[in-house]
Formats: sequence, C-alpha cells, structure tokens
Amino acid sequence: MDHKTLTYIIRRIILAIVTVWVVITVTFFVMHAVPGGPFLGEKAISPAAMKALEAKYGLDKPLLQQYFTYLTDIVTKFDFGPSLKQRGRSVVEIVFDGMKTSAYIGIIAALIALVSGIFLGTLAALWRNSFWDRLVMVITTAFVSMPSFIIGSIFLIVFVIKLKMFPANGASEGGLILPIITLSLSPMSYITRLMRSSMLDVMGQDFIRTAKAKGVPRLRIIFVHGIKNALLPVITYFGPMLAYIVTGSLVIEQVFAVPGIGRSFITSITGRDYPMIMGTTIILAVLIVIMNLVSDILYKVVDPRITLE
Amino acid sequence: MSLLEVRDLHTSFFTDAGEVMAVNGVSFDLDRGQTLGIVGESGSGKSVTAYSIMGILAANGKVVSGSVKFDGKELIGCGEAAMRKLRGNRISIIFQEAMTSLNPTMTVGAQIMESIGLHTDATGDDIRKRALELLGQVRINEAEKRLKQYPHELSGGMRQRIMIAMALASDPDILIADEPTTALDVTIQAQILELMKTLQKELGMAIIMITHDLGVIAEMCDEVMVMYAGSVCEKGSLRDIFKRPAHEYTKGLLNSMPSLEKVTSLKPIRGTVPDLLALPKGCAFAERCDETMKICLRKKCPLIQLGDDHFSACWLNVKDRGGEVNG
Repeated sequence: MDHKTLTYIIRRIILAIVTVWVVITVTFFVMHAVPGGPFLGEKAISPAAMKALEAKYGLDKPLLQQYFTYLTDIVTKFDFGPSLKQRGRSVVEIVFDGMKTSAYIGIIAALIALVSGIFLGTLAALWRNSFWDRLVMVITTAFVSMPSFIIGSIFLIVFVIKLKMFPANGASEGGLILPIITLSLSPMSYITRLMRSSMLDVMGQDFIRTAKAKGVPRLRIIFVHGIKNALLPVITYFGPMLAYIVTGSLVIEQVFAVPGIGRSFITSITGRDYPMIMGTTIILAVLIVIMNLVSDILYKVVDPRITLE
Repeated sequence: MSLLEVRDLHTSFFTDAGEVMAVNGVSFDLDRGQTLGIVGESGSGKSVTAYSIMGILAANGKVVSGSVKFDGKELIGCGEAAMRKLRGNRISIIFQEAMTSLNPTMTVGAQIMESIGLHTDATGDDIRKRALELLGQVRINEAEKRLKQYPHELSGGMRQRIMIAMALASDPDILIADEPTTALDVTIQAQILELMKTLQKELGMAIIMITHDLGVIAEMCDEVMVMYAGSVCEKGSLRDIFKRPAHEYTKGLLNSMPSLEKVTSLKPIRGTVPDLLALPKGCAFAERCDETMKICLRKKCPLIQLGDDHFSACWLNVKDRGGEVNG
C-alpha cells in the first residue's frame, strides 16, 4: 500500500469517527425530545416509584450531564447502558445477541445475491435481447419493485401454509431458509440489472476488440477482460448493501419471526427503550460507515486507475 | 501468389434502420514485406475492410460476400477456432486509441504476456523474457518497471508502443495499423512511424496502413488504395497516386492537403459522404464531383487499368482514352 492510500484511509477513519459522534449526538437529543417515556405503561405507577426508577437510570439528572455520561461510557467502556425493558441485560449484550442471527442470514443472503446477480446479469448481457434476457429482466424488475413484506407474505402463504415445506417460526430449524431467500431477492435483482448494463458497456469497449484481435478465446475474454471491468459498479453497491442487509431487515425479521437485531429494534421502539434504540442506531451506523470504507478500498483494488486521496 | 488476396469483399452492418453497406466490392493484393496504404475519410470503409479480414467485426456486422485468402487459405467462413489461431499470431492489428484499446485494469505486462502465452509454447519465465525482449524491440526503456504498470500510467506514445509490442508477440506476417498515429501529437507520430519502418525492416512483415493522412501514406507506403463510400476509387504505386492521380476524389484529397512548395489556399472537397444506407446507383462521388457526367449518375465505373498496377474507377479516364461514355 502506498503512502497516499494510507493517508487517505487514516483520514477516512477520522471522518468516520466524527460521523458516528454526530449520529450519537443527534440520536440522543432527538430521543429525549420525543414526548412520553419508557415507564408510561398501561398501569399507572405511583409518583414515588417513578422517581425511584428515574433516579436509578439517571433520568433525573440534567440532559447535558446525561449526554456526557452516555458519551463517556461508550468511548471508555463500550457501554451503551442497560436495557430499560429487558431487565438485567445490557444493550450491547442484546444487540450482539441479535446480530448473531441477523449477520448470519444477512451474509448468506448477500453472498447469494452477489454470486447469482453477477451470473444472471452476465448471461443476460451476453445473450442480449434473447428470450432468456427478457425473462431475467421481467423477473428482476418485479423483485426490485416489490416490497419485501409482500414477497415475504407470499412465501409464507405458499411454502409454509400451503406446501408446508418450511416452519413458520424463524427460530426453529430450517426456519431461516425463507427469510434468507426473501432477503436476497431484491439485492440480487438489483445486482443482476447493474451487472447486465455494466457488462453490455464493457463488452462494447475497444479493449475487448483488442483481446479478440489478439486471439483470446471467448470465455477468457468474458471472464478476464469483461467481468473484472464490469464489476466496478457492483462493488460500489455491494458495500453499503452488505451493511444494510447484515444489520437486519426490520420487515423480514418481523414477517418470519426471526430473533434478530431488526426485530429487537422494533420492540425497543414500541417500548420506548431509550438505551436500546440509541445503542442499536449507533452500532448500525458504525457498521454502515465501516462497510462504505471497505467498499471504497476494494474499489481501488479492482480499478488501478482510482487514486484514493 | 500474394500473401493476402482480397477479392470483391462486401461487408454490411444490419441495423434497425436497415443494411449499412460499409464495404462494397474491395479487391487488393498484399505481398510479403510490402506496405499498403488505405486512405479515405471517415466512413469510407477502410477500417471495416481490415476488421473483415481479421473477423473482428461488431456483432451486427457480416461479410456478405467475397473472398479473403491468406497464404492460400480462405478465411471467410473458415470458422472461429481457425481465425483465433491466426489473429494476433500471423495477422496482428493495432488501433487508433491505445488508451481505450488496452485493458485498464490489467498491467501492460500481463497484456503482452497474454498474447505470447496464446500463440507460443513458451511458459512462465520464458514468456516474461520474451515480453522484455518485445519491449526492447519497440524501444521502451526500464522494461522491468513498465511491465508492472497500468495503461493509464503511461504516455500516449508509450501506450502505442505497448500495442505494437503486443501485436508483434509472435512475429506476424501482416501488421494492420488502423490510424495508429491519429491520436498522437506530431512529434510522437513521427517516432511511431519511424519505429514501424524499422521493425518492418528487422522482421520483414507486411503492413497495411490505414489512415486519412496522406502525409503518413507518403512516409510509409509502397502501394496506395484510395477508398470512398466502401469502394476502391483508385489504387496504384505511391508515385502513381501522388504524381498521376486519375480519380477526381484522389485529386480532391491531394488538393486539400497543405503543401510547402505552392502557396495556394486549400481546396476542400465540398459536400459530405453519401448515406451508406442508400448508396446511389452510379458513382458514389458524383454528388461532390466537379466533372460529373450523365453516365456518372447512372452507372458505377469499374476499376480501369491505366498503368502497370495503376487502376482508377472514374468514367473520365474512359473518356480521356477515347472510350464510349454515353452508357
């Protein structure tokens, strides 16, 4: 790695830290500006009990002091505080617990999307305007534009209720197959379309003609000269996509009852679990920032023309 | 028998708008070690002629009829596998834009070595040695360092040298140069032309020089073929074309070239190239010609032999020689 690239990466990391700090600050103050509170349940709590609860979690302190305590705890101890709803468990514990499942299905779904997207897109480009190409385009257009809760619901009805091929609960054995497929469909379709147009562009370039004029066999032209150059836009899309998909899909985890981070995020929002909401938001933000950085660096690896500065 | 014999070649592109007849009956011979210049303006079919010979036309392009014999063997319809063995091996080509013609994400070394690997039995270290040798041949210094560089890290002249090195990987019999110097500035142009001449002497290959620049033709070629709207309008030795041009189009080209000897204003050829989708029945140049006769509009003139190997497709030549031109 050359000097310039290193300086770039260091600068990006500093920028990432600033971004995360902004996210923490905004989340914190917005959260506290929202009316209502975690202890306003259906059952009325006595004022004395309420006071005791607030004192226990430090909610009676001035807002700025709460903010600095929160920030210091994150930086020094990576402590996002305790969950207000799931007694006795810390936010970090809950988030990482949920991440295990979310990241597992996310990574598999992302890989499926990447491999099949590149494959389908390449074939569609090579057989442009054929029946195959049109079929792929119609199907991918459908999956790109259909919201995942519709696809998820259809899958539930067809494969779980009618065909009884999979269990309905995401926590049971085999229960993760449908959510993984549902999760992968939209990015797969997007990558297919991206790859198709990129491949069409690359295969019309002068250097492909040069390769042909050199006597390079067709398959080698496609793989060595074509696909590698056509991958650039896919990489740009893949980094952030991976971050989103790995950090759990709120909707899909809800539809298939997957015990992932997305579902506990929703639960924490409806339960006004401040530390959970903030913790989850911040950890997701950090992941997205990291993935963006990684995809930028990867971009440079594939395309030597790009200088990172 | 000539090294390359092209007979009545017709190439068309099939587009949504119809059949674009890019090459309409081109014939020529090329001998070993000879340099043939093909000159004409954009869209005259010079590049398409070359791509037809090599079988590297775009997907919608097709050789409709005619014959291309290389070393006695017919190339049209001989199959992709056979063509692949010839391409980059016995017939090589270099292009106008070396920047876009080189793979941007591959080191130039890898691209040269790919060519060597495809057409020789060499492996591993021998391929590398051969690549270094080729870089030496095209006068690139610091060869070891260059092999590891990417096209965008090199200058325009250097990139064209890399293209040439790649084309020479297995000592081709024919090097087709498709406007090799058009994208370069003048001093670099001269260097590249000089290099090609030197290499031709060293390696004895034949060169087909495709250009719109008569200066390049004068510098490089033994034989010249002037093309217009996909047809040959005149061909002959360099001397014939420059000293005794017989076709009105050739004369027009020469008149539109600046000269050091005569201080006259340049005379451009008026009008533009005809639409290749709907070529006129008669001479394609008639629309722009100052000497058009009735027959020119009705009937295309065949190539008429004027000298040893001097041919021109102009009815005026027939008239001058007392021929019947009332059609």
